[in-house]
Amino acid sequence: MNRWRPAFALTTALALATPLAWAQGLAYVSSEKDHALTLIDLKTLEVVGTLATCKRPRHMQLSPDGKQLVVACGDSHQADVIDLATRKSVRRIGLGEDPEAFDISPDGKTLYVSNEEDGALSIVDFASGKLTGSVKVGKEPEGVKVSTDGKTVYVTSEVANLVHAVDVASAKVTHNIKVGKRPRRFALTPDGGQLWVTNELDASVSVISTRDHSVSATIRFELKGARSTDITPVGITMSRDGKRAFVALGRANHVAFVDVASRKTTELVLVGKRAWGVALNGAETQLYVVNGLSDDLTIVDVASAKAVKTVKVGRVPYGVVVVE
Amino acid sequence: MSPGHRVPRLPGWRSTVGWALFACVGPLSAATFKATLLVPADDPRLERSRLDRAALGHPGGPAVDALKVALAEGESELDAAGAKLALELVEVADPAAAKGAATKAEKAGSAALVTDLPAAWTLAVADAVKLPVLNIGAADDSLRQADCRRNVLHLGPSERMRADALAQTLVARRWSRVLLLTGPSPADLARGAVAQAAIQRYRLKLVASKPFKLSADPRERDLANPLLLTQAAATGDYDVVWVVDSDGEFAAGLPYRTALPRPVVGDGGLVPLAWSPKFERYGAPQVTRRLVKAAGRPMGAHDWAAWMAGKALVAASVAAPKGPAATWQKALAEAELDGSKGVAMGFRAWDGQLRQPLLLSDGQSVVATAPAEGILHPKNALDTLGADAPEKLCRNR
Repeated sequence: MNRWRPAFALTTALALATPLAWAQGLAYVSSEKDHALTLIDLKTLEVVGTLATCKRPRHMQLSPDGKQLVVACGDSHQADVIDLATRKSVRRIGLGEDPEAFDISPDGKTLYVSNEEDGALSIVDFASGKLTGSVKVGKEPEGVKVSTDGKTVYVTSEVANLVHAVDVASAKVTHNIKVGKRPRRFALTPDGGQLWVTNELDASVSVISTRDHSVSATIRFELKGARSTDITPVGITMSRDGKRAFVALGRANHVAFVDVASRKTTELVLVGKRAWGVALNGAETQLYVVNGLSDDLTIVDVASAKAVKTVKVGRVPYGVVVVE
Repeated sequence: MSPGHRVPRLPGWRSTVGWALFACVGPLSAATFKATLLVPADDPRLERSRLDRAALGHPGGPAVDALKVALAEGESELDAAGAKLALELVEVADPAAAKGAATKAEKAGSAALVTDLPAAWTLAVADAVKLPVLNIGAADDSLRQADCRRNVLHLGPSERMRADALAQTLVARRWSRVLLLTGPSPADLARGAVAQAAIQRYRLKLVASKPFKLSADPRERDLANPLLLTQAAATGDYDVVWVVDSDGEFAAGLPYRTALPRPVVGDGGLVPLAWSPKFERYGAPQVTRRLVKAAGRPMGAHDWAAWMAGKALVAASVAAPKGPAATWQKALAEAELDGSKGVAMGFRAWDGQLRQPLLLSDGQSVVATAPAEGILHPKNALDTLGADAPEKLCRNR
């Protein structure tokens, strides 16, 4: 363990040595094969540094107070907690075997983690870093989302083609919701009423009503010149007002803008290879799209629905978080 | 029966593996579908010397291991649908025994048979029953063409699919001049013809086709010595040596022993496969690791076919949890399966073959996938691998 420290310190130092232009904000990009995050200046759209982290970093989220970045690492079986002011790792939290994605309870006290290898949802106390519970779910769980009231956790199983609804109080699966093939990630409407889940091998998004846990609609994606088998939606995010959703279409190399009310695709924007993780900036003027097979990130101007720039990041990039 | 050859010796001639499903939700009185797996007794493919050689594309262990993994990972989906799956394993010594076991399983209420048997045995099983037969052991094109049957579904790729995948890779690399070396067994001769057809289909140039023989006899050195077999003076220059060797021992020793510094492809060097434990995309490492956990070996191509048979059984039971048999069988034939190769895969209506991407690997990495980029098809690029509908090679379906 010790012999890694010098390298870690050096990378951090290098990152910190870059100018103060960072005040405008940064995009943090995790890359599965680099054990590091790539930092992109939101103003210049240039890579300004890298930050060493735990092994095989994948899903990332900000802590509820916005002061820390939590990075789930599949091969370290840990989360790295990075203080955003100093850009230093402040602690590591055990997340169980092969953690992929997670969500944080509304009170910021609990992490819910999908353990890809075990087919389990781990419940971790954020303050103590202790594993407080585990719920068995279908194999290869991925997307995790906590309901707005914090009472239910939703988790996808890529193998079982199900979304499990887990009751937090009893730590039990209460509903298995059949969705499309290989469900991956979630977005929740701001009112908490609709849960959108991307189906990677079904070229679709299933809309789940959180009131009765039924699938109320399935939104299919189509793209001129692409077969439905090449449309593999994974990443998804929504605007703060809940009017627009952004869905990365995977191997179709496009991002779809979807009108939430009518559930219709309004724009399709060409990005890089296997468009994957997506995130909006605070003003929601730019969409950041991680391209898993071309090792880069595309910045899309939301108003004109056009790619502005593509920036080379790490090897096999996974997700992006915007910090302003 | 000689002891010790097979890896897990199950108690008795016949054993039933019951599946306890974790019942957190869903009705307890679930419908149970039974599947019967027929495997050869004293399977020569699983002899220790063969397993040790670990030739790419050859079985690495019993089919039942990966089939069990698929059923175990289907538990929560089955549970949610209110269905159960039970697996029974039967060892058979010859085609007649296979036929007998199949008839017995049908009478005892099996919903489907899974066969890891040679082609002739598979055919004997298919003709003895009306049940769906999921073939994981026989890659022979005859079972997809002249000897095709309405009730047979093929999980692993046919020989022609593998040859097409390799030919496409050579086209993509522009390695167009092929020296073909073919072994002496009947399987080699049949597969050599399949390779030649693929070479022709993709307009590669066959510079020479030679027989080889595994031998240390100096009088046969022209047939046995890689350096002599690959002399360019006799054949003209070539870009690759395509070796057809169903046994695998000669092919394993061919790379780096050629007269010219050229890659070996086919059954040695770069091999077209249904699966490789080195595949990194689409959740593949998780699938491979699940078999490591369950059976102590990484998932190979043959394991993948067995795993997919289990996935197909799960898919049918989830789609038609209450039956009846006809509905369940229709759901099986129409299943869209996720085999962690990045696309949903279905059975071809015209020959029962599971359409699927193939991986090209030397055992160290996945070098390429097929269909190769730029190889086009009017409907589905996956149908560029193997016999396509308009060829009408299967007349029984």
